[in-house]
Amino acid sequence: MKQLSVEHLLGIKYLNKNDIDLIFETANHFKEVINRPIKKVPSLRDITIANLFFENSTRTKLSFELAEKRLSSDIINFSASQSSVKKGETLIDTVNNILAMKVDIVVMRHPNVGAGVFLSKHVDAKIINAGDGTHEHPTQALLDSYSIKEKLGSLKGKKIVIVGDVLHSRVALSNIFALKLQGAEVKVCGPTTLIPKHIESLGVKVETNIKKALEWCDVANVLRVQHERMDIKYFPSTREYTQLFGINNEILDNLGKKITIMHPGPINRGVEITSDVADSDQSIILNQVENGVAVRMAVIYLLAQQIKR
Amino acid sequence: MSKKVLLNSKEIEIILHRLACQLIENHNDFSNTALIGLQPRGSFLAKRLASILTNDYHVKNIHLGLLDITFYRDDFRRRDEPLEATDTQIDFLIENKNVVLIDDVLFSGRSVRAGLTAIQSYGRPKNIELLVLIDRRFSRHLPIQPNYKGRQVDAIDKEKVIVHWKESHTKDGIYLENK
Repeated sequence: MKQLSVEHLLGIKYLNKNDIDLIFETANHFKEVINRPIKKVPSLRDITIANLFFENSTRTKLSFELAEKRLSSDIINFSASQSSVKKGETLIDTVNNILAMKVDIVVMRHPNVGAGVFLSKHVDAKIINAGDGTHEHPTQALLDSYSIKEKLGSLKGKKIVIVGDVLHSRVALSNIFALKLQGAEVKVCGPTTLIPKHIESLGVKVETNIKKALEWCDVANVLRVQHERMDIKYFPSTREYTQLFGINNEILDNLGKKITIMHPGPINRGVEITSDVADSDQSIILNQVENGVAVRMAVIYLLAQQIKR
Repeated sequence: MSKKVLLNSKEIEIILHRLACQLIENHNDFSNTALIGLQPRGSFLAKRLASILTNDYHVKNIHLGLLDITFYRDDFRRRDEPLEATDTQIDFLIENKNVVLIDDVLFSGRSVRAGLTAIQSYGRPKNIELLVLIDRRFSRHLPIQPNYKGRQVDAIDKEKVIVHWKESHTKDGIYLENK
């Protein structure tokens, strides 16, 4: 039976390979839909979705909102900065008040790790994690894998390096789970201060030399340096970071092969990646954004399918 | 469970040729016509008709498309089994074209209703006709009737019409099965 094995999308670590295959298969159909002259299907006409963003977001929020609209669901949007959270309301109270308005699915981004799991145990709605602290960002990892698969045909045996601020990155963790599940080899590369201890236990290798990492890989997924999560100095200066870990055309030209460059956005142009690399034909950054809508449509559709009338 | 042959492969062949001729009568050279098979089962019939029109009646440049209606169905979340989507392949514009929707069996009319909505995503057709191989006339839930039909069947609810195509089974055949 073609259904997800999970009731919520809280993280990639709860999914199996069949779930990912089903999401990608469904996303293929939605990618065709969003390239039609009329980019909308009526499947979710009687479903209401609340987008709860307790942390800033631009593209994830827009991407989810567009995916929901393309499926014809009703949407309510909420961002913590303009809400009663500021007045001291708890998460469960906030969400239960929203659910009292008959909401079926909650898409939530929250600064605290495990917020989605916590919510799924206390409220009666499907929960989609749109990023919980430094923990997981499952839809980003799914769209990253989908984009690699689209470019290279398959993930099995492919070599992927995740470059940069792995310590603060929920994208990195979800990507590691997703890539390993699909049989890819994964390395992380960055300053040792930004590589979590014991990360090898997840089955990934650590490399601190960017040139060696790029020579090894087929795809480099470059992460943003998350200054806002750094309460202490993890490297001496941004300039030094760029010199040691920044990716520019000169490094790529000397590799002797063409690797694929990805970035989950937002890009710090000139820090982790130069503009000419971000805008080159090796980069699939904008494909990632397009695929994000299709993949999120697939996730929402498959979870909505489980909601019985 | 009993199974009765409604049409054998020879009879199906004759009917397909008759349907092809009826289409030619109304659509001349097909320059402004699109044949759209409803996925999954209508696509076999649409492809077969396109092939007869091209090979036996020398009609050139037939616009053949396959349309998946999964996301337009009205039974989403109302079935025990989840819906499974198939591919849509329409690589031309529908705008202002004469569209012929093609399906193998017309039963409740709900698939055709979904097809009518789905096709609008590709533009505004000039008109839409419906061609079916089997019309189960007493089982309609919606006011939908075919413009071209292969055979009318008066089957009761307990009976099921099964269509086999040589592309997916060993030979063509249409059967009436008692559930």
